[in-house]
Amino acid sequence: MEKRARFKHPLLPWLLLTPQLLIVGVFFFWPAAQAVLQSMQLQDSFGLSTQWVGLDNFKTLFADRAYLESFQTTALFSVLVAALGIVLSLMLAVFADRIVRGALLYRSLLIIPYAVAPAVAGVLWVFMFSPSIGVVSWWLSRSLGFEWNHLLHSGHAMTLIVAAAVWKQISYNFLFFLAGLQSIPKSLIEAAAIDGARPWRRFWTIQLPLLSPTTFFLLVINVVYAFFDTFAIIDATTSGGPGRDTAILVYKVYQDGVKGGDLGGSAAQSVVLMLVVVALTVVQFRFVEKKVNY
Amino acid sequence: MNKPSLVLAGGLMALALAAPAQAQVEVQWWHSMTGGLNEWVNDLAKQFNDSQKDYKIVPTFKGNYDESMTAAMAAFRAGNAPHILQVFEVGTATMMASKAAIKPVGEVMKQSGVQFDPKAYVPAVSAYYTAASGEMMSFPFNSSTTIFYYNKDAFKAAGLDPNKAPATWPEMTLAAAKLKASGHKCPYTSSWVSWVHLESFSLWHNTLFATQNNGFGGPSARLAFNSPLHLRHFDNLANMSKQGLFVYKGRASAAVPAFVSGECAMFTGSSGSYADVSKGAKFAYGLAPLPYYPDVPGAPQNTAIGGASLWVMAGKKPAEYKGVAEFFKYLSNPEVQSASHKRTGYLPITVAAFQLTEKSGFYKDKPGTDVAVTQMIRKTTDKSRGIRLGNFVNVRTIIDEETEAIWAGKKTAKEALEAAMQRGNEQLDRFEKATKAAH
Repeated sequence: MEKRARFKHPLLPWLLLTPQLLIVGVFFFWPAAQAVLQSMQLQDSFGLSTQWVGLDNFKTLFADRAYLESFQTTALFSVLVAALGIVLSLMLAVFADRIVRGALLYRSLLIIPYAVAPAVAGVLWVFMFSPSIGVVSWWLSRSLGFEWNHLLHSGHAMTLIVAAAVWKQISYNFLFFLAGLQSIPKSLIEAAAIDGARPWRRFWTIQLPLLSPTTFFLLVINVVYAFFDTFAIIDATTSGGPGRDTAILVYKVYQDGVKGGDLGGSAAQSVVLMLVVVALTVVQFRFVEKKVNY
Repeated sequence: MNKPSLVLAGGLMALALAAPAQAQVEVQWWHSMTGGLNEWVNDLAKQFNDSQKDYKIVPTFKGNYDESMTAAMAAFRAGNAPHILQVFEVGTATMMASKAAIKPVGEVMKQSGVQFDPKAYVPAVSAYYTAASGEMMSFPFNSSTTIFYYNKDAFKAAGLDPNKAPATWPEMTLAAAKLKASGHKCPYTSSWVSWVHLESFSLWHNTLFATQNNGFGGPSARLAFNSPLHLRHFDNLANMSKQGLFVYKGRASAAVPAFVSGECAMFTGSSGSYADVSKGAKFAYGLAPLPYYPDVPGAPQNTAIGGASLWVMAGKKPAEYKGVAEFFKYLSNPEVQSASHKRTGYLPITVAAFQLTEKSGFYKDKPGTDVAVTQMIRKTTDKSRGIRLGNFVNVRTIIDEETEAIWAGKKTAKEALEAAMQRGNEQLDRFEKATKAAH
């Protein structure tokens, strides 16, 4: 079958593409180019002077041990967020898919967290886990004798931000998994059931492989989410502390650029971050996508 | 009524309606005051607007201090900065270095011909916002400082004298130990570790926090808080933390609720927290000066200023600057100042306002509210005038990060303070390079 579209006028396809190209150009390529430019400048806060400093900002960055440690923190955080987010939401989707009565209510409840703004989500979790006034930390200390304090223990702080970030993203993943599950033909599953395959077996050999395009898509989206969209949660819960143990790369970009007014240093960080995410996405498409059955 | 007079009356009415709109000059004021303080700012603007017809102050909330400063920077780059911008004290060096972006308050007042006496202001406050040339750069607006709060009921329960606050750090440690022995889980906590325990601590002991007189001498200043005194204090705090006498409750003002709820018995923080304490505390509380080390010569000196000042942005019309000057004159009025001081807990910024408040019997009705003022109304020294460093927001974050490692037991006081100095100095280095290029 010929997939190619035919246009009578050679300019028509360009014309049709223009709106999209304009949007991508204005909202992606232009700012990205600006970031690359600024990463090689040293500017004062009000933009009164601009010095060309070449790669100095990058040199300063990589000489800073705190920055290098931030890579490890980011790696740990993203792996946890992506893995937990995908596994948990897949589990919920499989259960929701089997529910017969009250499915709509169950689904709606699972989708609600997506409507919560990241900063609000962060504040919500802080209230629950605050060492002084939190419900959960109070309960942990009362019934289990466990002293929760994410202000001092980095493990606790990491748990808190991962929990908040995953909770926020589960709805999104859930929706895609549920749609994926419902598009799997019932006949396949029924046939397997008649052949004597139990639910677990049916899940492993039929549903999961057929969900692989969805899973792959969600993997890419979740990694990008963990890298970029979580700074509001971190700002509202730990502010990168204790020490710098939860300051992931994007949070440092925000802290140095928006709060600290160091545009050059912040731009250099965002260029590095951009390269990291591009590299990760390429790796995912090259190596992980091979295992995907469309 | 005949026809011509009708026309005349109509014409006059039209004139009367058009006149105020035509002549009134609008002055934009960006600020960061929330809740009750937002109402206070709006009331000030309204009172000024009602007091005359030529100018209209338009206050706009632009997010917290970092956010409104960033917003003003972006607006300045785009050519539509506000006339007045409220900037917190840590942004002072950055504003001062941005000479082309701002117009010194002294100049605004002089050119507008509005009478203005910088000497009327509390020295420790006005000196902070005055350039080396003696020109007042920004208008002191809401100033606070660091003070000590304690729970009198908890003191009584621990067998301590509730009417005598510990004045020194050794006394403080003893009191904390007694509170702990009486079963208190959190004898002492503090907000703003950098501001209270390094910045204000340094001025209070007349010891340098940074070289070049804490940055007043220029952008080549570097951090100096690894002196034996600073190390001694942080060793002391580290020990207190290990023994459960000092409990860390987070950055900025996160520790305030821990004191207000009664969980922690002693607390050091902003005098501006008085509003929260007086509103929320269900126990008898006391306010006292910050503790000090009695064997340090020159201690106690004066504490460090916090809060914010009003900056005038460059590139506006003379008529608009005249409006700004009239507004600042209005704000300097002792009655207005005193009312603001009583309402918000911020310091009275002129000596006359302090005296007026004293005369009104306010300090007798609400004992302790004068602690912050008496800590500040002192003759400052070169070492105690204040701390004015560039990229200071970043430096404070670095100090928070490094000192958290002390409370977590991961670093010794010496290791943490030295790491903070080294990382902080890199920030000062960047600031010096960026400002050098601007001149």
